[in-house]
Amino acid sequence: MARLPGKGLAVLLGCLVLWEVLARQSGALALYFPPASQVLATLAAIVGNGELLGHIAASLWRFAQGYALAAALAVSAGLCFGLWRPLYVLFEPLIELLRPMPSPATIPIAILFLGIGDEMKVAVTVYACSWPILLNTIDGVRAIDPVLLNTAATFRLGPWERFRKVVFPAASPQIVTGLRVSLAIALILVTTSEMVVSNDGLGFYILDRQRSFQIPEMYAAIVALALIGYALNWLFLTLDGWAMAWHKGLTGKEEIL
Amino acid sequence: MKESRWSGLGFLLLLLLLWEAAGRYGWVHKLFFPPATKIFASFYQIVASGEVLGHVGVSLWRAGLGYGLAALVAITLGVLMGYWRVVHESFEIVVELLRAIPPPAVIPVAIVFLGIGDQMKVFIILFSCAFPILVNTMDGVRGVDPVLIRTARTFGLGQGALLWKVVLPAASPFIMTGLRIALAIALILVVISEMVGATSGIGYFILDSQRSFRIPQMYAGMLVLALLGYTLNRCFLLADARLMAWHKGLTARQR
Amino acid sequence: MLEVRELRKQFQPLSGQPVVALGSVSFRVESGQFVSIVGPSGCGKSTLLQCIAGLSRPSTGRVLLHGREVTGPPEGLILLFQEYNKSLMAWRSVLRNVRFGLENRAGMSRVEMDAEAQRYLELVGLKGFEAHYPWELSGGMQQRVAIARALVRRPEVMLMDEPFGSLDALTRIELEDALLRLWESLRATILFVTHDIEEAVYLSDRVYVLSCRPSQVIEEIEVKLERPRNQLTTREDPRFIQARRHIFELISKEMAKA
Repeated sequence: MARLPGKGLAVLLGCLVLWEVLARQSGALALYFPPASQVLATLAAIVGNGELLGHIAASLWRFAQGYALAAALAVSAGLCFGLWRPLYVLFEPLIELLRPMPSPATIPIAILFLGIGDEMKVAVTVYACSWPILLNTIDGVRAIDPVLLNTAATFRLGPWERFRKVVFPAASPQIVTGLRVSLAIALILVTTSEMVVSNDGLGFYILDRQRSFQIPEMYAAIVALALIGYALNWLFLTLDGWAMAWHKGLTGKEEIL
Repeated sequence: MKESRWSGLGFLLLLLLLWEAAGRYGWVHKLFFPPATKIFASFYQIVASGEVLGHVGVSLWRAGLGYGLAALVAITLGVLMGYWRVVHESFEIVVELLRAIPPPAVIPVAIVFLGIGDQMKVFIILFSCAFPILVNTMDGVRGVDPVLIRTARTFGLGQGALLWKVVLPAASPFIMTGLRIALAIALILVVISEMVGATSGIGYFILDSQRSFRIPQMYAGMLVLALLGYTLNRCFLLADARLMAWHKGLTARQR
Repeated sequence: MLEVRELRKQFQPLSGQPVVALGSVSFRVESGQFVSIVGPSGCGKSTLLQCIAGLSRPSTGRVLLHGREVTGPPEGLILLFQEYNKSLMAWRSVLRNVRFGLENRAGMSRVEMDAEAQRYLELVGLKGFEAHYPWELSGGMQQRVAIARALVRRPEVMLMDEPFGSLDALTRIELEDALLRLWESLRATILFVTHDIEEAVYLSDRVYVLSCRPSQVIEEIEVKLERPRNQLTTREDPRFIQARRHIFELISKEMAKA
């Protein structure tokens, strides 16, 4: 977003205004669809009085654990699978079998083994996040140009050096793609597991407010969740931009050509 | 390639045998880890009796409807946003903000408006699938070579024909990518929505089996779901190969 | 000092008969010489270099460096690839790319390596571009970075696989002369593969002409032109023209056979 997004902001403002006006028109509608002003005010209130903060913290903590563990496990596994074809071939049918199964289907089995606490939610998140990271990492390693590997060979690099200086940097853009995709997935699974069975966390809070018909609070929490997702994504892109500047430049140039 | 498949399948078989032994000889708690044969028996039973097929049918109906509607809406919007810069700039922020909402969070809103029936689930699936299709369509349309468009214009094509005969086909590989991603999302969301609030569907079936401690059935349900996902994916790839044969050839040549 | 003895390399494609790229290639290169290899397209020149560089095992025959058989990438020998842009590391600056040539050797500190890399960058005429990234440079400049990276190791032997093939004519001329200057000051042994006959004659002491697949050395031509070579005068020299014509005729005959 280099230029000032005037039109976009205008449309956003327009939507908010429209929301406000429509909601105020009908008292009945306002029950289901409170005006934007009320939602934002409620958000300020429940954050201010600490009511929401505990839930936010719980969700973020689960997210962080799940994401970090998934990244560590899946990147390592992906690197192993990418580098040693026989190993990948061994696991391939298992991967192809599990891959098409939607990850939320693991929630019941996780409840069975781990109960309804944090471990279950983190486990489910780890499982779901691991897939995009794993598959992208494997692809990233496989797709390294043979010329690069031959260059490492002609410079007589040992296996560890070759990995550290050539293989890993070359595969990193693809690994980052996997990490980015699983960021959104992590939030989805944390939220879902909190909705299915939990007594804290944003997912739980949102569903609970709906059940007890506290609608403004429900919307406020959704807005909070969206903002958190947005912030996490922005954080990721910033770090990515900094660490992968070389790749941006490289691909940027290719687009121009 | 052929021999390599065998080692992987062999490995899978080995795992299944280990699972079977673990269940039978009590290495692990029999309840949590029923022997593989028991799971397969349950699988056979729920499929043959038609019990699970009803749930699968319901899930497919919800997912299919949501997916189809999402494709219609998102491709249309995507083309508009991709083709006319004005539209893109105007709606970009709103789209990005809506996109940032994790789909499960929209479920309670949908429940408020639509109850806990099929409509709610279809809406959720629509909402979640729309964004990847939209974004990919937009990218595809924007990436259409201006030379192609100018060429079409010199042949006197009007806007409508231009969009339909040039832009859409040229952007179709990207649209297919979006549709493929959205397929997986549709399945995920139908399962999620059925776990959060439903009395039918494969997602509900699996959760319910766990809650009523019919554990082999729970595993069997998961197997059904995995097979369903696999089949849908295969069908998509087949359709993709057919429709996008021209693109496969082109990219293969470029490599 | 570098000897190729009856090198034969065949490949087994997915279906059909084995493809014999190199039939029986034999030649010797003395220390400090500039030797070119030319031949029709597809005759296996790249394969030959890969075998000499120890990246590919010959089916039969041997490569000997200082009398010792080459079974893997040997010390003191560097291969420069045709697709130089794919061999440079996009995530490293130009300086760090050149430094890469020194990195897996013990005994030099970072600072020393950087200084050495800097020296060679200047040698290839890229002073001032240390902080740039490879993709920010033109093709010719990228090729120079690759050359600097190879040279920084002070190899005894440099194998170059059509290094100037994808450059425009003017850049090519510039780099030909730059390479000759470097070679003269560093006195490495260079084995240079090219499809450009004139380039081969211009640069080399000796030119080996390969046949079509399965390739063999048809002829060895000694280029007795004085050094330093000059783009204008050398290329107009009757001996140059004669060598060029001779090689051209040899290759044309080969290509007619195919």
